[in-house]
Amino acid sequence: MTATIKSKAASVEFRDVSKIYGTDVTAVDRVSLKVNAGELVTLLGPSGCGKTTTLRMIAGLEMVSSGSVFIGDNDVTLLPATDRDVSMVFQSYALFPHMNVFENVSYGLRVSKLGKQDIQEKTNTGLELVGLAGYGDRLPSELSGGQQQRVAVARALVLEPQVLLFDEPLSNLDAKLRRQVREEIRELQTKLGLTVVYVTHDQEEALAVSDRIIVMRNASIAQNGSPRDLYEQPTDSFVADFIGEANIMDVAINSVDAQTGLAEVRIGDLQLQLASRDIPVGPAKLAVRPNRIILSSQASGSALAGTVSKSTYVGNHMEYVVTTDHGEWFAVSNDVDATHGVGSDVNVQFSERGPVLLPH
Amino acid sequence: MNRTVGLWLLVGIVGFCALPWYVLEDGLWSFEWLDGYPYDTDYAPGLFLLLQGEKLWLSPIAFLLALPLLIIGASKRNINFSRILLVAGGVGLFYLLAQGFAIGIRGWNADVFTQSFGELGDRQFGFGFGAMFVGAAFLFFLTTGIAARGIVNGDVFVVGSIGFVIALVGLFILYPVLNMLSSALQTNDGVYSIGVFFSKFFSNKIWGLGCLTENRSCGVAWNSLVLAICVGALTTLLGLVFALVATRSGLRQAHLLRPLTVLPIITPPFVIGLAIILLFGLSGAVTTFVADLLGINPTRWVYGLPGILIAQLLSFTPIAFLVLIGVVEGVSPSMEEASQTLRASRWQTFKTVSLPLMRPGLANAFLLGFIESMADFGNPLVLGGNYDVLSTEIFFAIVGAQNDQGKAAVLAIVLLIFTLSAFYAQRRWLGKKSYTTQTGKGDSGIPAALPRRILFPCYVLVGIWGTFTLVVYGMIVYGGFVEVWGLNHTLTFKHYITAFDINFNDNGIHFKGSAWDSFWTTLRIAATAAPLTAVIGLVTAYLLVRQNFSGKNAFEFGTMLSFAIPGTVIGVAYILAFNVPPLELTGTGVILVLSFIFRNMPVGIRAGIASMSQLDKSLDEASLTLGANTWRTFKEIILPLMKPAIVAALVFSFVRAMTAISAVIFLVSAEHNMATSYIIGRVENNDYGIAIAYSTVLIVVMLTAVTLTQLLVGKSKTGRRSSAKTLPAV
Ligand SMILES: Nc1ncnc2c1ncn2[C@@H]1O[C@H](COP(=O)(O)OP(=O)(O)O)[C@@H](O)[C@H]1O
Ligand SMILES: [Mg+2]
Repeated sequence: MTATIKSKAASVEFRDVSKIYGTDVTAVDRVSLKVNAGELVTLLGPSGCGKTTTLRMIAGLEMVSSGSVFIGDNDVTLLPATDRDVSMVFQSYALFPHMNVFENVSYGLRVSKLGKQDIQEKTNTGLELVGLAGYGDRLPSELSGGQQQRVAVARALVLEPQVLLFDEPLSNLDAKLRRQVREEIRELQTKLGLTVVYVTHDQEEALAVSDRIIVMRNASIAQNGSPRDLYEQPTDSFVADFIGEANIMDVAINSVDAQTGLAEVRIGDLQLQLASRDIPVGPAKLAVRPNRIILSSQASGSALAGTVSKSTYVGNHMEYVVTTDHGEWFAVSNDVDATHGVGSDVNVQFSERGPVLLPH
Repeated sequence: MNRTVGLWLLVGIVGFCALPWYVLEDGLWSFEWLDGYPYDTDYAPGLFLLLQGEKLWLSPIAFLLALPLLIIGASKRNINFSRILLVAGGVGLFYLLAQGFAIGIRGWNADVFTQSFGELGDRQFGFGFGAMFVGAAFLFFLTTGIAARGIVNGDVFVVGSIGFVIALVGLFILYPVLNMLSSALQTNDGVYSIGVFFSKFFSNKIWGLGCLTENRSCGVAWNSLVLAICVGALTTLLGLVFALVATRSGLRQAHLLRPLTVLPIITPPFVIGLAIILLFGLSGAVTTFVADLLGINPTRWVYGLPGILIAQLLSFTPIAFLVLIGVVEGVSPSMEEASQTLRASRWQTFKTVSLPLMRPGLANAFLLGFIESMADFGNPLVLGGNYDVLSTEIFFAIVGAQNDQGKAAVLAIVLLIFTLSAFYAQRRWLGKKSYTTQTGKGDSGIPAALPRRILFPCYVLVGIWGTFTLVVYGMIVYGGFVEVWGLNHTLTFKHYITAFDINFNDNGIHFKGSAWDSFWTTLRIAATAAPLTAVIGLVTAYLLVRQNFSGKNAFEFGTMLSFAIPGTVIGVAYILAFNVPPLELTGTGVILVLSFIFRNMPVGIRAGIASMSQLDKSLDEASLTLGANTWRTFKEIILPLMKPAIVAALVFSFVRAMTAISAVIFLVSAEHNMATSYIIGRVENNDYGIAIAYSTVLIVVMLTAVTLTQLLVGKSKTGRRSSAKTLPAV
C-alpha cells in the first residue's frame, strides 16, 4: 500500500456566532471559540444545549444567523457543507445502505474525482487504519455496530479533512465497546494529528478523550478549559455539578485577604482558607467532590460535626451520607475496612485542594 | 466558466439558432419541416426569422439571450454575475411570455395594443421547440442568478428545481384555471361582464330548489352536493367496517380483504356503472328476474341517484378502506388495554377510546369520498338518467349542441368551489398529520377485539358487499362474451374479435380490430406520462421534505392543488387555455400527457414524501459533508434508496393514466383517441358488448402491471437494502 493518509489539520474559530431557528428558538447564542490545529476539543453539555447545532455550523450543514466561522485562515461563513473541507461522523453513522463498505469509504474520493488507482489505495489504507481491511465487499447491514462505526470513521478520514467532527459517536454502542472505541478514536487523532471536534453529553467520555472541553449550557459556553481545570476549578455550580458529582453548599465569605487572595469561609466549626477566585465578600457557594471529603471519628483541627445517615458498601469504595447542621454531605471513601456505621458521629473535613468557591 | 450558465446558454442558443421557433403542425418527429428549413417562416428558427426581417419583435430575445456571454469567466461571487443573470433571465422570461400573449394568430391579441401601436399587419403561431428551449434557458438563468445571491445557501440545483416546479405548476395548473375564471366573466362574444357571470352563476339550473316544492328537478349543484355527501358518509362507514373486520376480527380469512384495495386502482371508473346496468338496467339480469317473478313491468329505477350512488359506493369504498386501515392500525392497543383495565367494557372502550382516536382518519376518508364523488364523471354519464350532476353538465355544455364555454366555466367554478372547500377543510382539520408515517411504534399491546354487537353487523355488511363485488366483476367478464345483453345470451367471441382482431399476412402483423388504435395510443401516452409524473413528483417531494425555503407552504399548496381540481375542470381549463397561441396544444398527444402529469402529480408527491420521510436525513448530510453537491446527493443517494417508491409512483401514474376519463374526454382528438373515451363512445351507442370486452382487457393489462411491480418491488426489498416499502396514498 503506497498511499498514506495525512492530516491537513487546520484550526476552527467561531466569532460571535448565533443560530436562531425560525423566529424565536435560539439554539446558539453569541458563541466565540477556537479549536487549534491538531487538538481534540469536546463540546459537552446537557441535551438541547446547542452542541449539535454548533457542530453542524462547523460542517456547514447549518448556516449561522450571525457571526462568522473560520477554518484555518479562511472565512467559510457562507460556504455550504459541500465546499468545506470538513468531514463528519454521524450519530447514526449514516452509512449508505445501498453501497458496500468499499463504496461507502470511497464515496468522497469518487465525488472529488480522484483517479481510480488513488481511490483504490486510499480507501484500502483507510480501511486498514480502522482495522477493517478485507471487509470492503460487505454491506453495512452485515456489520456489527462497532464495525459500522469504524466504517463511518474511515469514510470521513480518507478525505484528509481539515477538521473531523464527531456527533455523539458512541451513543449507539454497548457499554463495553464504548471505552474501546473512544480509545481508538483518540489514538487515531493523536497519530494523524487531526483537528477533532467531538460532541457528547457524557462527562466521563469527555474527560477521557479531550485535550480541552467546552461546556455548554442554554446555547452558550459555560466554561472552556482542560479536563483537569474543569474538574478542579469549575467556574460555577452548573459546571461543578455537571462534571462529576459535587456537594454544593451555600456559604458566606467573611473576608478576603487582598494580598494572598485567600478568602475566609466558615461552615459551623469548620474554618477554611480558600482561593477567593475574585468572588467578593458575602454569600457564595462551596463545591466539594465526594472523594475530597474526609470523615473521621476524631478530628485534628477544625471540623464540622455530623451523623452518618446512610452507609453503603459498593465494592471498591464506601458511600456515605452525613447529616450536619449545615446540610447533607455525600462522601466517598476508599477505606472499605474501617467503616462508619449508620448513626455514628463523625467529623467532616476536606482534603487540601478539595473545596472550591463558586459565585452565588 | 460557470458550468450551469454555460449549459443553459448552449440550450438557449440551440433553441434560438437551430430549432423551429413556432409550433409545427405535424410535430417535430415527422421531419416534414426539414423541407423549407431554415428559411420558410413557418419552420425557421428565431435567428433566421430576424435575418430575413421577419417577426422583428423577437429581436430583444436574441439580445437578452446573449447577455450572459458577458460573464463568461466571471466568478460566482462577482456582483455582476448574479445581476446579469437576473436581468437576462427575469426580463427574458417576461418578454418571451408577454410577446407570446400579446401577438396571436390575428395580430395583436387585445384592442389596447392596436390602439397604442397601430395595426401589426403580422401574426404568429404558438411556441415551438425553439421558443421552449429559449424559455428554459431564461428560467434557469434566473434561478442561477437567484442562487448566486445566496438564497437557499446558493444551491443552484435546489433553486433551479424550485423554479422549474413553480414554472410548470404556474403554466399548467394556475394559468389554465385562472384563464377559465376569466372566461367565466365573459359573454360569448368575449366582452367582460360581471352581470352575465352572476346571472349564469346563480341560474336556477344550478341552484334551483324545484325538487322540494314542485315536481321538478333540483339544480345540478344540489344534486352533486347531495350525492357527494351520501357517498362520503357511506364509503366512510363501509371503509371503517372493512378496516375493523380486517384488523380486529381475529378472522383468519380477513387478509383476503386486502386485495380489494387494488380494485379501484385498476378499474376504469365507469366500468362499475356498466356492470350496474347489466344487473339493474331495463334489460338487466336482476330487473328482468324480479319483473318476471312479480309479474310487473321492468322499470328504469336504477338510472339516477340510486344507480350513481351504488356505482360510486362500489368504486370508492376501497379508497376509504385503504385510508382507514392505516388509521385503525394506528390506534395504540395499549390505550385500549388501559381503558379495559379501568373496567370499561369492550363496547365502552370502543365508543370512548377507539372511535374518538380514529376521528381524524374518518374525516379524511369522508372528504376523500366527497371529492372523488364530485369529480367522478364516468358513472354519472353512464347511469345518470335525469339526475344531472356538475361534472356531466360541464361536459354537455362544451360538447353538446350548446357549446357554451362560458357556462362550462361557471359550472366548473362551482365544482371547484366545492372541492377546494373540502380540500381546505381537510387540511385545516388534519394539519400536517396526514404526512407523518407511523413507523417503528414499539407498542406491544394486543388490539382489543371488537364487541359482538358491532362485529355481527360488520360481517353481514362485508358479506353482502363482497358478494356484490364478485358479482359485479363477474358480470364484467361475462358480459364481454354475450351476444346482446338482455336479448340474446349466446356466448360469443364476437366483441373481442371486433375490437382486438389481429391479422397475420405477408407484411407482418396487422392490427385490424377497432380498438387497437386507441389501445396503443393509450399505452404510449400513459407510458410517456408515467416517468415524467414520477420525476416531477419526486423532485417536488424532495424539495418539500429536505429543503427549507421561504414560501414553502405556498409552494406545497400549489403543488397539491391539482388534487382538489376535478378532472372535468382540468379538461375544460385546458381546452380553453391551450387552444390558442402561445401554447397551442389542443388535438395533440402532448396535451393528454400534460393533463395526466398534473392530475397525477399529487400522487407522485405523496408517494415521494412518504418514502423520503423514512430516509434518515443524515444520509444526505453525510454525502454533503463528503463533498458531493445536492444534485450528486440526489442522484447517488436519494434516488437509489427510493427505488421502491419510484417504481410504485411509475406504475400508479401509468395505471391512472389508463383509467382516467374525466379530463381525457375533453382533450382527445380523432388522431389521439384514448381507450376510455373510446369505450364511453361505444356505451353511448348502446354497444355494450365491445365496451365491456375492452374494459376487461384494460383491467387485465393493469392487473398484470400492478402485480409485476409488486413482485419487482418486493424482490428489491429482500435484496440489498433494508428500507421500508411504501404504498402510495390514494
Ligand atoms: N431544525 C431545528 N428547528 C428548530 N429548532 C431546532 C432545530 N434543531 C435544533 N433545534 C433546537 O435547538 C436547540 C439545540 O439543539 P441541539 O443543538 O440539537 O442540542 P444538543 O445537540 O446539544 O442536544 C434545542 O432546543 C432544539 O430543540
Ligand atoms: Mg445532539
